[in-house]
Amino acid sequence: MQFACACSARQMLYECNRNHRKIEQQTRRLGYWWRITVVMGSFQSLPDDHQYQTLSKNTGFSLEQIAILHNRFKQLSQNEETLRRDDLKTIQDLESNPIRSQIIEAFFDSRNFQNDGVGSVEEIGFEEFLTVMSYFRAPPQHITEEQREKIRRSKLRFLFNMHDTDNDGTITLEEYRHVVEELLSRSGALGRETAKGIADAAMLEVASISVGPMAPDDFYEGITFEHFLKILNGVEIETNMHIRFLNMDATVLCK
Amino acid sequence: MELKMFLLVSGLLVGSLVALGGASGSPAKGCKDNKPPVIEKDCHEPAKNRTDKKENETVKKSFPVLSLDYENVRLPFEISLWVLMASLMKLGFHLMPRLSSIVPESCLLIVVGLLVGGLIKLVGEVPPVLESKIFFFYLLPPIILDAGYFLPIRQFTENLGTILMFAVVGTLWNAFFVGGLLYGVCQLQSANLGDVNLLSCLLFGSILSAVDPVAVLAVFEEIHINELLHILVFGESLLNDAVTVVLYHLFEEFSNANTITATDVFLGVVCFLVVSLGGIVVGAIYGILAAFTSRFTSHTRVIEPLFVFVYSYMAYLSAEVFHLSGIMALIACGAVMRPYVEANISHKSHTTIKYFLKMWSSVSDTLIFIFLGVSTVAGPHEWNWIFVGATLFFCLVARVLGVIGLTFVINKFRIVKLTSKDQFIIAYGGLRGAIAFSLVYLLSCDHFPRKNMFLTAIITVIFFTVFVQGMTIRPLVDLLAVKKKQETKRSINEEIHTQFLDHLLTGIEDICGHYGHHHWKDKLNRFNKKYVKKCLIAGERSKEPQLIAFYHKMEMKQAIELVESGGGSKLPSAMPSTVSMQNIQPKRSSQERALPQLSKAREEEIRKILRTNLQKTRQRLYSYNRHTLIADPYEDGWNEMLIRRKKMKDLEKKMNNYLTVPAPPSDSPSVARARLTSDPQVRGLKSATKNIPSIKVDFASPQNPESFSVEDEFRQKGSQPKESKEDDGGLTMKVPSPEKQKKDKTPDEEPQQRLMRCLSDPGPAAEEEDEDDPFLP
Repeated sequence: MQFACACSARQMLYECNRNHRKIEQQTRRLGYWWRITVVMGSFQSLPDDHQYQTLSKNTGFSLEQIAILHNRFKQLSQNEETLRRDDLKTIQDLESNPIRSQIIEAFFDSRNFQNDGVGSVEEIGFEEFLTVMSYFRAPPQHITEEQREKIRRSKLRFLFNMHDTDNDGTITLEEYRHVVEELLSRSGALGRETAKGIADAAMLEVASISVGPMAPDDFYEGITFEHFLKILNGVEIETNMHIRFLNMDATVLCK
Repeated sequence: MELKMFLLVSGLLVGSLVALGGASGSPAKGCKDNKPPVIEKDCHEPAKNRTDKKENETVKKSFPVLSLDYENVRLPFEISLWVLMASLMKLGFHLMPRLSSIVPESCLLIVVGLLVGGLIKLVGEVPPVLESKIFFFYLLPPIILDAGYFLPIRQFTENLGTILMFAVVGTLWNAFFVGGLLYGVCQLQSANLGDVNLLSCLLFGSILSAVDPVAVLAVFEEIHINELLHILVFGESLLNDAVTVVLYHLFEEFSNANTITATDVFLGVVCFLVVSLGGIVVGAIYGILAAFTSRFTSHTRVIEPLFVFVYSYMAYLSAEVFHLSGIMALIACGAVMRPYVEANISHKSHTTIKYFLKMWSSVSDTLIFIFLGVSTVAGPHEWNWIFVGATLFFCLVARVLGVIGLTFVINKFRIVKLTSKDQFIIAYGGLRGAIAFSLVYLLSCDHFPRKNMFLTAIITVIFFTVFVQGMTIRPLVDLLAVKKKQETKRSINEEIHTQFLDHLLTGIEDICGHYGHHHWKDKLNRFNKKYVKKCLIAGERSKEPQLIAFYHKMEMKQAIELVESGGGSKLPSAMPSTVSMQNIQPKRSSQERALPQLSKAREEEIRKILRTNLQKTRQRLYSYNRHTLIADPYEDGWNEMLIRRKKMKDLEKKMNNYLTVPAPPSDSPSVARARLTSDPQVRGLKSATKNIPSIKVDFASPQNPESFSVEDEFRQKGSQPKESKEDDGGLTMKVPSPEKQKKDKTPDEEPQQRLMRCLSDPGPAAEEEDEDDPFLP
């Protein structure tokens, strides 16, 4: 099985190589190998199965999926080894997305690819791209309750980080208002007016659920991660937050 | 005690049913009598009787003081009696919590039906049978409409592939497996069933294969299984109707023709597509019509619910006209119209629709199960051990094999896989019910000489699934620790994050560069918002995003709860009663932070009342001010002023009921809480304040006598001075900015400003304009 996988990955790699050769006819074989090493950028070793294997082990993607995502990465970065914000901003379908800036920001948020990372970076390599993508993988079929909880926490942490823009461990009212405002940003004036009210109501709800009765002088600083877990108990994030990663290349279809 | 009384009443009722109903019940139909349905027969009889009476009257001169004419009212009377009995039975079961926790209601109802049927038979009458026509035209539609209208669309569409797989492929597999094997059994020498041909076996198999929505709903609603399993089994039971209809007509046709060619099979497949898609199209058309109609009902709210019911019923009947799948039409109709209709109709109409649907469907459901029991007693039976046993066995085996096989295939495509527990529940939840019974009952005896045997077999299967599986599924669900449904109200946070997640996943799909599920959903949503909603929803609400709509709905719900609870200080819900806005506001300084503790709903209420009044004030104020500037107030402004002051007093009295200000220490930064007193007063205020023309609050000229009088009144009420604080947060009662400019004013000014604040239109929406334009023209 392992062998077959590797074989097919090699096949995929070969395919993608061929595509490249079509694009850049003049690149000679030796030069090509050299170039692809550069493309893979963040890991300076030979671009063989081993590289993909490691990535696969770290992120849980299959080798085919990695190959496809890599193709897409190169397409987005215009064959550069790193991806910048502007590259993502050029995606047309994303333009109508109300939370576009937050999505893009999440890719450059170092909290999402390092455990103790802080702040945001200017550009990311393929490995980081893949790591962010791996938050959107479906949970495997047979998992224990513990693993499920772990997956749940990591997915929620991703969401939490998207809201907690200043990285202080809480989503403050300001931040939460910003989220709702963004969410309603496509609905015109009506949305802007109501956004505040909704965010306030939501915040009140969080406070009443997680703290309970409060004296008039008490102050609820914001949603901590634990509270965040609590309020989203009803949403089965571990099964809902995923997309289908293709095993087959479809990037040709999209511009 | 209560229970005994109840049993007595219902016992009497059953007795009367036996006496009256038995006499009238349509005689059980053997194979040979194909007479017109009961209704027609009954309609003619009273007319005849009346003519008889008239003749008698001409002979007898005396005027009959009291006459008995039961025949005249018999049909409606009996119908009402049955419905009453069914409802009382339902009521009775819920008075016995211990019983209803063990046995599902459907089982109990069948038992009641059996008992009633037995009694009727004992009296020597022929018990009525569940007429197919009545079943399909009157009893089934409410249940299906209820299911369709309240279909959880999100889960349904997310699992559509799986549901379709089970509904189409699974049903086909069941039909052919059971039918084929039964034919094999019939060929056995010892069974004496040589006269049953292959086609009737297949027909029987196709009838038997369909999982019944009524039975599934009855059982699954009681066990509170998680949404995924519920929608899988229930969705299957709804969608397999098309397959059953097609197979039924196909095999019926074939058994008349006796020859099958490849073209017939091909046409069968085409027919399936036509029947299912046609049903959906018919339903969707009526659904859109209903939505469009509801756009214009804002002046005749009373009949709004009717449109929903009538359009859906028309959809069902129209589909039946072409032998399309009526169930699919109803589902499509309900699901299509709901979002638009809900946005258009009033809240009360929505409640009416909900209650009517629930009421009808639960009565229908009860009647169906009772009649199933009665029909069992009545029906002509032909018991054949081998056939019945084989049917039951194959039916169960086919289900299990079908589910396992299909899940194996489906799991290859599903992201969230179905576990073996899930498979077990899906297989075990495959209950059969009254639809199958009615379909067998519809078979003509000429082509199916063994109809009675089929009837017996199907009743056995129904009883087995409803009793054995229905009763054991609850303990099994507990035993296997299958995840249950969470019985929580959807919170605003969950809604925000569901929306957020939708956009996030769409965005990630776009970044990944392939058009998946979320991408197309997003496209569809946008199309819906851009074009469809504009056509089908009246006014501003068409532009309302889902999140805002949800928020308004939630606010509304809270307001209603608040009013229902008597408007006391305690809110019944777990909503922000314990935590107020100030608790979450960012801390500036204690001076700025405090603000009245108003819950959202209360504030909304107050705001609405005040807005209407203040609107007028503003206009009147303008003219009055200009007037006073020129003329002497003592001359022609005086009378007006007196009247106004009196009204002001009235209003304030009410305001004080409304905004009771508990006395905080005058220098502490704590809040002034505004509380609603009891609800009647709130309502009273609303009507009373309507005809108050204006409130005299003169901001511009503090020396105006009016403003002092206001202040005095305010003091008389014993209100304590509050801090004038300001907060630029969302729910604050905004102090108009001129306050800052008028810092040099006398301290006497303060209470007036406080009143101003009470009367001001707070809240986030009005905030911006208030900033620039505080009450002054």
